[in-house]
Amino acid sequence: MARSYRIIGKSPPKVDGLAKCTGATKFADDLAFPRMLFCKLHRADVPHARIVRVDTSEAEAMPGVVAVLTGAELPTPFGILPVSEDEHALCLDRVRFVGDPVAAVAAVDEDTAFEAMRLVRVEYEPLPPVFDPAEAIANRTPPLHDYGDDGNVHKRVSMEFGDVAGALKKADLVLEDIFFFQGNTHLPMEQHAAVALPEADGRVTIWSSTQTPHYLHKAAAKVLGMPPSRLRVIACPNGGGFGGKSDPFNHEIVVAKLALKTNRPVKITLTREEVFYCHRGRHPVLMRSRMGLGKDGTIAGLHFESLLDGGAYGSYGVASTYYTGALQTVTYKVPVYRFDGVRCFTNKPPCGPKRGHGTPQPRFALEVQIDKAAEKLGIDPADFRLRNLQPPKSVTANWLQINTIGLRKCIEAVVEASGWRERRGKLGRGRGLGLACSSYITGAGLPIYWNKMPHSGVMVKLDRGGGVTAYCGATEIGQGSDTVLASCVAEILGVELLDVRICVADTDLTPVDLGSYSSRVTLMMGNAAIQAAERARDLVARAAAEKLEIPVTRLVFADNRVFDAEDPEGKGMSFAQAVVCAEAKHGTIATAGSYTPPQSPGRYRGAGVGPTPTYSYSACVTEIAADEETGGVAARKIWIAHDIGQAINRNLAIGQVEGGVYMGLGEALMEEMAYRPRRAGVHKIPSMLEYKSPTTMEMPEVETILIEEPDDRGPFGAKEVGQGPLLPVMPAVANALFDALGVRVDQIPITPELVLEALGREDRRAGPRAYPDLRAGKPVRILTPEEGGDGYEVEQERKEKQKRREQRAKA
Amino acid sequence: MTDKDPPTKAAPKAPRREAVRKATLALRVNGETQEVSFLPHKTLLEVLREDMGLTGTKHGCELGECGTCTVLVDGEPVLSCLALALEFAGREITTVEGLSGPRGPHPLQRRFAELNAAQCGYCTPGFLLAAKSLLDREAAPDRDTIRKELSGNLCRCTGYLKIYEAVELAAEDLRRG
Repeated sequence: MARSYRIIGKSPPKVDGLAKCTGATKFADDLAFPRMLFCKLHRADVPHARIVRVDTSEAEAMPGVVAVLTGAELPTPFGILPVSEDEHALCLDRVRFVGDPVAAVAAVDEDTAFEAMRLVRVEYEPLPPVFDPAEAIANRTPPLHDYGDDGNVHKRVSMEFGDVAGALKKADLVLEDIFFFQGNTHLPMEQHAAVALPEADGRVTIWSSTQTPHYLHKAAAKVLGMPPSRLRVIACPNGGGFGGKSDPFNHEIVVAKLALKTNRPVKITLTREEVFYCHRGRHPVLMRSRMGLGKDGTIAGLHFESLLDGGAYGSYGVASTYYTGALQTVTYKVPVYRFDGVRCFTNKPPCGPKRGHGTPQPRFALEVQIDKAAEKLGIDPADFRLRNLQPPKSVTANWLQINTIGLRKCIEAVVEASGWRERRGKLGRGRGLGLACSSYITGAGLPIYWNKMPHSGVMVKLDRGGGVTAYCGATEIGQGSDTVLASCVAEILGVELLDVRICVADTDLTPVDLGSYSSRVTLMMGNAAIQAAERARDLVARAAAEKLEIPVTRLVFADNRVFDAEDPEGKGMSFAQAVVCAEAKHGTIATAGSYTPPQSPGRYRGAGVGPTPTYSYSACVTEIAADEETGGVAARKIWIAHDIGQAINRNLAIGQVEGGVYMGLGEALMEEMAYRPRRAGVHKIPSMLEYKSPTTMEMPEVETILIEEPDDRGPFGAKEVGQGPLLPVMPAVANALFDALGVRVDQIPITPELVLEALGREDRRAGPRAYPDLRAGKPVRILTPEEGGDGYEVEQERKEKQKRREQRAKA
Repeated sequence: MTDKDPPTKAAPKAPRREAVRKATLALRVNGETQEVSFLPHKTLLEVLREDMGLTGTKHGCELGECGTCTVLVDGEPVLSCLALALEFAGREITTVEGLSGPRGPHPLQRRFAELNAAQCGYCTPGFLLAAKSLLDREAAPDRDTIRKELSGNLCRCTGYLKIYEAVELAAEDLRRG
């Protein structure tokens, strides 16, 4: 059962709420400095070409232009993952998609910068572009990069846990399905912006709408060739991120360079069209899933294949590839499992992490396939899932450590709330109910670059007046991290939220937090904050206990007081008085806490993607109305239960669930990145009107149920909520469509065209029908825990044993 | 460039840089009249943000598609990214900064903050002003009316549900006075 707290689990207004409602919050583009210059980027208008020459003379000659920059001045490559540093601040000798930046202009005002940017002349030698992943992996066109697994194959993964072929052979039923999940983008309301301010002594500060100030700090220092100590990165509150501001970006490094070059502040604010080119959104993924089943509805084995269209650069793509094969095993028992994944390069804006990073696509495939399996076996889809649940505190076939799992309660809750048992199949033609579940990591178990340092750090400083300041590198992107930080500290110290001043996301002032990605902040920052606050509390407690002449163990911190649990009124003092005692006794009160995730049992190559301190779970039922005439699908109501462990702030948690459901619904029904392959691969719809996203008119009622069973690894028992609840929505909509019209659309988004196509086909199905040969070869074999494995590759183990034997022989 | 240079893609000609003169105008914003000088092609959004320092008004699409830049002109919502500032002399303009008064935040602002109807907060000023215009006209709008009235504003964080609740509660507050 959940414990009762003063702040945790309640719904106080968030600490940055009023500032966001009065216009006081300063987003990156709201900053301005005297003598500030404006920057514009000249972007490629061809999809693939060698740069022969860049002529900036006309731009430079234009009155009002202060500096023009080309790639030659920033030749050092960068990229979020150390294994794919394939980007340049400005393209050096090659452009790889329409929108790739080639030159930058800094001018006295934005209009001048724009006009000058258009005067940059670039001479290109065209190269054949490739837009289709199946064509890309056939390697008939020149490779986009000179690294990767082969040609345009960026990453190839193939691993097998247990004897999958054998299990499928023995299974009573084998389903083979092909699915396609179209790419879509984050579409944050705020366009990316960055401002760089030089200091006279050569230092420079970058303010940016970034989710990952620490990674930007590393990348920018490297490309600028300056010691990180001279570069300061401050992440402004993000006007929405959803993963789209998690990479270090060209424009952030460019303004810093221009600021150093001109010795003036320089700002860039991307246009909405440019945000579509930055992208890093959901990978389009073609998937094939072969699932073996017993007659009783148990899963005998799974072979999952994915082909990711990566776009022009690496970004987080290697991790994305692994993620399309990692979490299939954490919801239902999959005794043996094989995964083959390929990510390829194409001449389109780079894909990366969007809310759910690499897992919504396979989750869609898995949950729709399970719906099909349940139907074939005559089992209720809810019962099918309940029968196959992965047990808590277990290790999966692919060596993922499960901690707590509240999925049973999630399923039961939405089944109950939606009237699933009574209403499913009985709503009449055109109306349907669909169920799907999901799981997501509460923070990646490993950092992006290999190191043994903490993933999050928090410092707490106490003021003599009773004020508390909490410092952390975490970035507020709307998810409520500022409030989580203040809440954890205030709860431990027994003060009110308003007594805690927070200082966040500043590489000079705050300890490192790796960033607002992978749903890691609440758990990691929260645990660090608790540790820092407890250390401060202990110092105060020792001094207060001495003063009150009672044992430390009897002290209570609550309601801005420190008092004797046995005599609350008689023996006590204000928190501020207690701080004065503590400072007199110990000196200045400032403490630090940090958090490093536990080690995962998986040791094989690729085992770094998927582990987490604990997984969150969700179950969702959607009710839809589908129109047989138009093919249009509308959501009527959505019930969702989310296993959050313990809500830090109930209202904020529900807001995250509702927002996730909203975004999932957009992906399910309308959102897609669309390109014109015959017109140089230009983006069809780089605007907010044509890139369809749900308005108030498409958003149905949502009933959110939080399942709260504290997880021993989370702060106060909390698990993630920012990403997981998005995942079950797309398959739940697809499954509801089957209930409504008896058709399967194995593709996202479920457009009216696809619904009509399915209605018109004999097999009542729309979606991809062929899967290219990935030439996966022989998979790396890893013994499962049940087979008595040790988490390493079988071959690796042999090699290592061999090495040990040789060493022994030498000795 | 000489004739021998290989042909490059048709690049735009250097624009003629005629000295465009700034216009000077008295704009009435949030109850105060201020004289502002700005280039005549600037939008109301740009003048508010860049020339008057009122950065509470945001931009999302620059094309009148997202409602983020909504301000009130004589009580009516206007997309400031599509409006030429020159056309607003003497009109009563309200931005998010003008919603709060000496008595503190407007009930809409308080309720949005309380209910977490502002997650990232970027679209919030636009929603607040669109909602204010609605509540000025209708004291007790039902959920359906609120949905329709706010359908021109996009939000990517909340799924709109907390926004509806906040508007409903603020309407109650205002009715109670």
